[in-house]
Amino acid sequence: MAATNAHNVAFVADTQYPDAPPPASEVGVLGWLKENLFSSWGNAALTVLSIAFLAYILPGFIDWAVMKSVWNASSLAECREIIAARHGEGATGACWAVVNERFNQLMYGFYPDELRWRPNIAFLLLVAALAPVLFQTMRPLAYAMAGLLGLQIIAFAYKTYTGAEYAIINPTLIATIAIGVAALVFQHQRGKWFYLTFAYPVIAYFILWGGVFLEPVETSKFGGFLLTMVIGVTGIAASLPIGILLALGRASNLPILKIICTTFIEFIRGVPLITLLFVASTLLNYFMPPGTNFDIVARVLIMVTLFASAYMAEVIRGGLAALPKGQYEAADTLGLTYWQGMRLIILPQALKISIPGIVNTFIGLFKDTTLVVVIGLLDPLGLTNPIRSDSAWNGIIWELYGFIALMFFIFCWGMSRYSQHLEVRLRAGDRR
Amino acid sequence: MAEVAHAPEPQAEAPAAMTVSDEVAIDISGMNKWYGEFHVLKNIDLTINKGERIVVCGPSGSGKSTLIRCVNALEKFQKGSITVDGIPLTSDIKKIDEIRRDVGMVFQHFNLFPHLTILENCTLAPIWVKKMPKKEAEEVAMKYLTRVKIPEQAAKYPGQLSGGQQQRVAIARALCMNPNVMLFDEPTTALDPEMIKEVLDVMVDLAQTGMTMICVTHEMGFARQVANRVVFMDQGQIVEQNAPEPFFTNPQHERTKLFLSQILAH
Repeated sequence: MAATNAHNVAFVADTQYPDAPPPASEVGVLGWLKENLFSSWGNAALTVLSIAFLAYILPGFIDWAVMKSVWNASSLAECREIIAARHGEGATGACWAVVNERFNQLMYGFYPDELRWRPNIAFLLLVAALAPVLFQTMRPLAYAMAGLLGLQIIAFAYKTYTGAEYAIINPTLIATIAIGVAALVFQHQRGKWFYLTFAYPVIAYFILWGGVFLEPVETSKFGGFLLTMVIGVTGIAASLPIGILLALGRASNLPILKIICTTFIEFIRGVPLITLLFVASTLLNYFMPPGTNFDIVARVLIMVTLFASAYMAEVIRGGLAALPKGQYEAADTLGLTYWQGMRLIILPQALKISIPGIVNTFIGLFKDTTLVVVIGLLDPLGLTNPIRSDSAWNGIIWELYGFIALMFFIFCWGMSRYSQHLEVRLRAGDRR
Repeated sequence: MAEVAHAPEPQAEAPAAMTVSDEVAIDISGMNKWYGEFHVLKNIDLTINKGERIVVCGPSGSGKSTLIRCVNALEKFQKGSITVDGIPLTSDIKKIDEIRRDVGMVFQHFNLFPHLTILENCTLAPIWVKKMPKKEAEEVAMKYLTRVKIPEQAAKYPGQLSGGQQQRVAIARALCMNPNVMLFDEPTTALDPEMIKEVLDVMVDLAQTGMTMICVTHEMGFARQVANRVVFMDQGQIVEQNAPEPFFTNPQHERTKLFLSQILAH
């Protein structure tokens, strides 16, 4: 070819090379393996070590958690007897029976038995209220409801199989089907679903706390994951807007506003959440007129929200600072007012940059809800103490904490996955 | 230097639309600005009539960008006055917004909104500031995008366009607000050489419609072709101003001579 000695003599290209496919070892499964698992000797050694580690750990874990596990027993001693009878003396297996027996308590705390359909419906409506925020159509909501319907049918089948009472026609099931059908029928009217989103706080308050024609339930009865969800969801939903306002205040040109916001952020961020919770549970009473009974859960909600808002404000301030000054100037020169510029130009970009930090704060907040145990509220972790001090379950550790950890993991991992999906969706098209 | 390569032929006669009215568009008098202790702009007096096209040039740090950024209140000034279309520029945010609606600006780094399409970039301000119906705003936007010769890019995002195309969108975006005055802050400095011409062509075209323009630029070919006046600034003050022909062929001040010899030497 003409190119062979192009580097030392004057040269004019006389051909146009056609596009050729890459070598076979660089594409497909082989290419992926080579690039990701065996790209170098060090990498290959790590791959082999990891596989060896999994091979060492997994069989034992599966044997304990699945093969030799017990789902139906009324005490830890009974569990052990069953395992010994089935697998011989000295065999160990997971005693999931504790989760099975205390499932309702772990979910609802001491919410009255016959009213537990109310938290269920509040949860279903929460999913429905979140769907328009998270997705472009309502189709995912229909899938979610189908999944939850499936779970209820499995629960019904299991309960019937074990001989327990379980009414298949109940308010939860009806609500699941109703929401699922509505999601299918109105799947493209995303805008309309936002009405539900905005009304949701009031609806949820009414359903959970009761009032008017629903029997009132005191918050001292709230517990388990119900409490986690109430605190976590309220904190998440309220801390984002408050955090945005605080961040804008801190970035503002108005000195007094700036000082107020900065002081608030630094003060709240500089104090441990536990301190704020103690303030909520005890100190706050001293500042209120005698005899006022300000709901303890409501007080906790306020403190958790303020705490998360301060962190949120700093995350969003990072996003605001990352935007080039030119974006602010362009918004100004077009004659947009401050709020128009923020809403249309600055915040959409700043929030997008901040997504990883925002979701990080959400996840942190969701897990911090377990701290309410220090002021005597019984979230799932708070319930482990009464369960473990029950003589029937005395000595149980792994199964109980493992289940709670799994529940938290599902929610936190879900948030994390969604944020990654959102980043990819928002990145489409607008590369700088 | 690149500028010289595509300097257009000086035109024998300006088109009819390029005539200058004797109404004043912008009046700057006795204007001074400090950054802290640093005196950036010193006693600036400049009156620009409607339809005039002013090219501001000078070495970097001479205050030329700061000067035009003062005209639409992106920068504050401490002394003197600026009046735009009869509206005095004060710290009153209403007056500032009024002036900004009347004055379009094009930046060195385009400053398009990366999260919006080209069309949305152009319709945003008319819809929100002028309360124009969306459909009408889109028609106006397409008219100006056609004028800057990129109507086919309307559905794309800024990141998918070349620098020259982005700058033309920025010009169209400013024009969509139907401004009386256009400010250009080094519109071609951030562009690759082969894209400078397409932007300058649009600016020449705009000048021929009789738009009042202030351009901070070192494109001397452009200055010769369209400017009524060239203003030379150095160290925060106006050192010399003149019509382009005498300015380039017969500069008076030593610093002007030095500057011109440096940028035209290649």
